[in-house]
Amino acid sequence: MLFSAIVSLTMLGAILGLLLGVAARYLKVEGNPLVAEIEQLLPGSQCGQCGFAGCTGAAQALADGTAPAGLCPPGGRAVMQALAAKLGIEADLSGVEDNVPMMAEIKEEICIGCTRCFKVCPTDAIMGAAQQIHVVFREACTACGKCEEVCPTESVKLQPIPATLQSWHWPKPQQVAEGAAA
Amino acid sequence: MNPITHSPHAHAPVSIGKVMGTVLLALTPATLFGFWLYGWPAINLWAVSLIAAIVGEAFVLRWQQRAVRPALMDGSGILTAWLLAMSLPPFAPWWIAVLGSLFAVVVGKQIFGGLGQNVFNPAMAARVMLLISFPLEMTSWVGPLPLGSAHAPGLLDSLRVTFLSQPLDGMASASLLGHVKTEFTRGVGLDQALAGYYAPLSALWGSRAGSLGESAAVFILLGGVFLIARRIVTWHAPLAMLLGVAVPALLFNMIDANHYAGPLVHLLSGGVMLGAFFIITDPVTSPNTATGQFIFGLGCGLLTWIIRTWGGYPEGVAFAVMLMNAATPLIDQYVKPRIYGRDRKGAALPANKGS
Amino acid sequence: MKLFELRGGVHPEGRKDLSAGRHIRVLPLPKKLFVPLQQHIGAPATPLVNVGDKVLKGQLIALAQGAVSSSIHAPTSGVIAALGDFPAPHPSGLPVPTITIESDGEDKWIARDEAYDPFALTPEDIAARVGAAGIVGLGGATFPAALKLNLSRNSGVHTLIMNGGECEPYLTCDDRIMRERAGQIVEGIRLIAHAVAAKEILVGIEDNKPDAIAAMQAAAEGTPVKVVVMPSMYPMGSEKQIIQVLTGKEIPAGGRPADIGVLVHNVATAYAVQQAVCYGKPLISRIVTVSGGAIMTPCNVEALIGTPVQELIDFADGYEQPAARLVLGGPMMGQQFTHTGVPVVKGTSGVLALMQDEIGQAEPSPCIRCSTCVRACPIGLVPLEMAAHIRVSDLSGAVDLGLKDCIACGSCSYVCPAHIPLVHYFNYAKGDLAAQERTKLKQEATRKLAEARNERLARIERERAEAAARRKAAREAKERAKQEAAAKAAEEAA
Repeated sequence: MLFSAIVSLTMLGAILGLLLGVAARYLKVEGNPLVAEIEQLLPGSQCGQCGFAGCTGAAQALADGTAPAGLCPPGGRAVMQALAAKLGIEADLSGVEDNVPMMAEIKEEICIGCTRCFKVCPTDAIMGAAQQIHVVFREACTACGKCEEVCPTESVKLQPIPATLQSWHWPKPQQVAEGAAA
Repeated sequence: MNPITHSPHAHAPVSIGKVMGTVLLALTPATLFGFWLYGWPAINLWAVSLIAAIVGEAFVLRWQQRAVRPALMDGSGILTAWLLAMSLPPFAPWWIAVLGSLFAVVVGKQIFGGLGQNVFNPAMAARVMLLISFPLEMTSWVGPLPLGSAHAPGLLDSLRVTFLSQPLDGMASASLLGHVKTEFTRGVGLDQALAGYYAPLSALWGSRAGSLGESAAVFILLGGVFLIARRIVTWHAPLAMLLGVAVPALLFNMIDANHYAGPLVHLLSGGVMLGAFFIITDPVTSPNTATGQFIFGLGCGLLTWIIRTWGGYPEGVAFAVMLMNAATPLIDQYVKPRIYGRDRKGAALPANKGS
Repeated sequence: MKLFELRGGVHPEGRKDLSAGRHIRVLPLPKKLFVPLQQHIGAPATPLVNVGDKVLKGQLIALAQGAVSSSIHAPTSGVIAALGDFPAPHPSGLPVPTITIESDGEDKWIARDEAYDPFALTPEDIAARVGAAGIVGLGGATFPAALKLNLSRNSGVHTLIMNGGECEPYLTCDDRIMRERAGQIVEGIRLIAHAVAAKEILVGIEDNKPDAIAAMQAAAEGTPVKVVVMPSMYPMGSEKQIIQVLTGKEIPAGGRPADIGVLVHNVATAYAVQQAVCYGKPLISRIVTVSGGAIMTPCNVEALIGTPVQELIDFADGYEQPAARLVLGGPMMGQQFTHTGVPVVKGTSGVLALMQDEIGQAEPSPCIRCSTCVRACPIGLVPLEMAAHIRVSDLSGAVDLGLKDCIACGSCSYVCPAHIPLVHYFNYAKGDLAAQERTKLKQEATRKLAEARNERLARIERERAEAAARRKAAREAKERAKQEAAAKAAEEAA
């Protein structure tokens, strides 16, 4: 009785161990492709607002689990959700919800054409030359804010992108009254 | 400027309160009949159940700092307590009703997040809890003592029954299913067990021992038909449950009539009628497609019959419903309507010009 | 004719009797018209006029841009008073580029190109004339009609379905136009059929419009046009549903009616096509139902595109009682608006001023999973599950459940006993997903820009380093040569 129990459990252990060994051999994952995949999701403008050394550094930190999914301010909610989905973590959307899309805007009256802003712009979104007024391309601006920092006359400011009929959509319905306080 | 409201700008004249109200209305004939049949103790028990549910729910809502009035006014708590009261032995002591009602609305519903969030039918969860915790009180049935009849307890006596747990002497009786189970354990066959204990016609009219919801089978049926006619519920789940009980009962009864009760015995006893029309049609804990509801009902019926026939308990509706409640998310996962322009698997239909 | 079953659907109270009995009347010429540059699906038109220009009625004032767009014509003669932003007839109330025309009161037509034998025109010509007239689908979707004709002709269509369903409550503009202009509509239908070479022509009309059915049947006598009476049910007039009911076929998911050899047009569009092809009249006016419990005299008016909605309300003798809600279009899919200065556009089928009891909306309560919405959905979705996913911001979960197949008909919201704004959830989710998609595209573009810049900076750095290295090498070589020369000189000297 005792003997048969020992034998059967040993057999079971051996078979399962063998299975695990085979699985480990045939289902092996090569390297860790995660960092590269995460980097693909990030804006790639190396703006450094997350506090890491460029987007690669941020991707490494995300892969290590030392950074939250919402670390990328220019990426906003879309990047946050993509990262959370990739990493299989919960995205805390509460703080980002109000983050309206922004873009840099240059006040032409006080721009002195110093060219500092377009030298730092990571996406070449600012067009201009020395002693000339600079222009920002809405489509290329990631609202990283680097231009704002270097502008000597504070003529570059991040402004919310105005809503248009094309970009407008219905807001989320108010939560059901169930949650309302008494 | 008012905030802009999304379309549609027309709404059907329906509300949760109206839905619950219609269900309560459908329950009323059966309940009144039960009141007449079992007299004042049944009325007391019913009232205690409802009060306990309302007070308990209000307390929990206040505790969670949620709006008390709208949640109470939707009538769902009252319906739960009402259904529970209809499944209790009419002469049960008051604390059974209080405990059951509180368990139903607090543990069965509010802990899950309130109306619409619970996994199990609150009334059935409470009944199962009571049955396994207080088997004696939950199986002490009495025969019918219609109001105004010779032995019927008066108002004062009834208060003693309900609140002081003083049983009426010599009135104890067993429900049909309980009786059959007991007789089986003594090795008595069905033909003898049922003789003098069961007559289909009187079962239909409810003049036998049982809960309010058991006795008034015909009124429950009428209420159910009313609900179907008013489109509050669909016929799928109720019919499937009745079939789920009746078909195996018929088959096995044909094989061995002395050991397996026939379909009529099963349909008209215990909680099958109440279950089929009022319990498993609870939208919160049942699947949300017609096919899913049919499967759900069939499962409830089949499990009920299995538990009754081979299980340890004489009655199985509550267990069957809870088991199928647990299967509801699974059913909803796999039974979905086919989407327009797609096949059952969700792939787009082929472009077919035809002529 | 055998009809096929419509899945789901609801029976909202029709309330069509308010305005159905009234003849179409032409609205008096407004002083100012506000003509938005985008009244259709696709790209906005580009203005061809400047402030101060004089224009004639029917003159092209903005040209279609790109593949999906539509041209816009002056609804009356007058002077261009402004080119600028004006509130759109849209729930957002956002300003859109609009041409403002000050009417000169003469309403003088531009010279028109009339076709004496329209059926001698080639299908391409018909489509070209329809396109030049700026005709869009008048049922509400406002898809450019010429584009639809060309697409259908190219992919081959055997059945033309004319949508006279008008399943939205209150609206009677299609009902009235079928009663009063059946002859022109039938001619327009035959022109469309000619343009796409359709063999079978069906006009589907709901059975709550017996007069329109009779008028259309009389007008279709002796033509290949067949009038089919359909049961009244919402959303019978939706493209997918009318095809299903009349042919029993379904448009494949993500596809177009042409995929199953069908083309669907609205009956009012057929009238516009007839006017454009036969008389060279562009689409500058449309029939609008002015109705609702708060309107004094509900009616149908023929209004010029660009007419402020307030003028229509005034024409209906104003309000009987203060309106609880103003709606453009029907109550099921129409859009609420607050500013009555917004103009009538090509897609405006109705102006409704509704009372609170007509709306019947209450505070939402928790979902009890009653699955009334599942039974009501004409597409076969599970609205309650989709909304539950969206409520917790799981948009991709909702997409997996079929969010993209939702036609936003509002049947689920209509029947919900908990008054949950289901279709609002779905439109929010669709809009948010589209915004996310746009953001993603932008991010891909900016990433490329950033990479290009990094590469450029690296290249400049490299080139600078190389140049420095070259200079250094040259300097060293020079020095070496100098040294060598010095050594040589020393050697020679020695």
